[in-house]
Amino acid sequence: MKLLSAQDWQAYPGKFIALWTDAQFAYALYQPAELVATPLVEGAYPALRHKGAAWFQRLAYDSHGHNAIGAADTRPAIEHFRSADGTAPWPEFASPGGEGVHQVAVGPIHAAIIEPGHFRFSLRGEEVLKLEARLGYSHKGTLALMRGKSPRLAARFAARISGDATVAHSIAFAHAAEAALGMTPPPRAVYLRAIMAELERLANHGSDVGMIAGDAGFSFLDARFALHREALCEAARVAFGHRLMMDMVIPGGVAGDTSSGGATAILAALLALESELPSLTRVFEDYASLQDRVVGTGIVSPALAAAYAAGGFTGRAAGQNHDARVSPGYAPYEHFGLEVPVEQDGDVVARIRIRLAEMTESIRLIRDMLANLPDTVIAIAPPSGSGSGLGVAESFRGPVWHWLRIEAGTISDVFVADASTLQWPLVEFAAATGILADFPLINKSINASYSGVDL
Amino acid sequence: MVWKTLLQHCISQPAAPRRQDPAAVAALRQRLAAAGHEKLGRSLAIRHVAAGSCNGCELELRATQNLIYDLTQYGLSFTPSPRHADVLLITGVAGDNMIAAARQAREAMADPVLVLAMGDCAVDGGVFKGSPAIAGGAEAIMPVDLFVPGCPPAPAQIIEGLLALLEVNDILPARPVRGPR
Repeated sequence: MKLLSAQDWQAYPGKFIALWTDAQFAYALYQPAELVATPLVEGAYPALRHKGAAWFQRLAYDSHGHNAIGAADTRPAIEHFRSADGTAPWPEFASPGGEGVHQVAVGPIHAAIIEPGHFRFSLRGEEVLKLEARLGYSHKGTLALMRGKSPRLAARFAARISGDATVAHSIAFAHAAEAALGMTPPPRAVYLRAIMAELERLANHGSDVGMIAGDAGFSFLDARFALHREALCEAARVAFGHRLMMDMVIPGGVAGDTSSGGATAILAALLALESELPSLTRVFEDYASLQDRVVGTGIVSPALAAAYAAGGFTGRAAGQNHDARVSPGYAPYEHFGLEVPVEQDGDVVARIRIRLAEMTESIRLIRDMLANLPDTVIAIAPPSGSGSGLGVAESFRGPVWHWLRIEAGTISDVFVADASTLQWPLVEFAAATGILADFPLINKSINASYSGVDL
Repeated sequence: MVWKTLLQHCISQPAAPRRQDPAAVAALRQRLAAAGHEKLGRSLAIRHVAAGSCNGCELELRATQNLIYDLTQYGLSFTPSPRHADVLLITGVAGDNMIAAARQAREAMADPVLVLAMGDCAVDGGVFKGSPAIAGGAEAIMPVDLFVPGCPPAPAQIIEGLLALLEVNDILPARPVRGPR
């Protein structure tokens, strides 16, 4: 970690990932894994100009009262100013001026089976001029609950930061705890973690592609991909004892080995998916009515993706080649020569193409890893030490970062940055490139997590 | 691909029928009898509200609609509007920021209503129990008829719980027939 003066803190170049504060310092994280800090002066620090810093600065104010001096965006992040009866006043949603501009309010309860959040659209006819997302509805106080617990106990909270990325968050948390305590997990655990992470990626990529098609009225792809997701979840249950593989990754290793028959179940699910994937891809690419809805829809330009240093398929669909499995990189991916697909158009179809390409790559990775599974123990006990550490893992939607400070075996401070934090602003921009009816497709194609940012 | 699919149909076996959870049925019957709950229609429409979940429950709830579980075959379906719903299904811890919205959804539903709390978080706050930012489970913000624990409950468990609603609904007293206005 580099300690910087206020001037150097503000002038620090690099691709911004996250910002948070503790009692003494404000921290900022840059790609690939550079941590810098500046002391808080009377509970305040100079605001950063990086586009992605706004949400983090708002969150730091809402959770600790630490002020970002000179910040342009001072809207609350998770604070809703509730009164005693639970009701909260609506904030002002600014609309762009002009004749016929009106607002449409959606949420916090949405029509589909998804998480809560409020979207305020400013429209002229069908055209979306502006989208403002009000989040915080899933706030559970997760970070506060992690403080004062041992890494093994706190891992249960890390696994529930975003359920669809439970394996990735658990890995990032374990990486942070292992870095803080100077431990190296056994090789077999490292491989099993990666197998679980790739299974999670496959399940999510597939079902999301299906659901985007479903939102365009094309339920065939939705039904087939949902079936493959089911097969993968069941294989995960057979192999690891839990359909989402929740609580399987722990600091020091993994909680259990694969069952006998686990590898067979996984390989069967992979084979079924692999044999149908080319024809499903062809169906997706061949139907003009479906392509009409996804080509040129919800554009995130490469410049915008670069300004927010967007990770995951959202960034890779817009010319960014960043993947945390490669840079900063973590075991065991260095042995498997990961291919990172990149597209330039940044629209819904580009994001889908990236995800389809990543599915093929994940199938290969799981097979290679299962074939080369090292024969070691699966976990070591974390020592009761002190230290601080950073951990990262590439979830299906992008990199997730965990930062921990451990004092005598107990977590004294923690921060978690889900990939969604840098992607929500892109959802807002992408929505404003289309019409209201395209929003479900755009939103699903980025699929930012609500729980992952509300913390 | 059509031939392959047809072939799969010929060699695949039907799944064992799913049954309601007997313990859940007994508890629910007792509760509804005490409340003088009236019979709903034969098929139940569900309005789901995520009140501070990690989105794990939503993944499994969505899985109940896939080709394997096919929730609709039991006469159960999801509806976007609380006005059309018979069942309010709550996931998540009942976070403070969702209390008002969840209550509004309940108030928008026409009585009688069955409320189902799905997942450990909705049962009592789950791992987040004791957090100052949450009410701690659906029962903390409204009366709940049935609990389906699990983190998250598997689709089969969710269906067992929902079938318990159908089972009990069948024997509830019908609403008195109103005369012409």
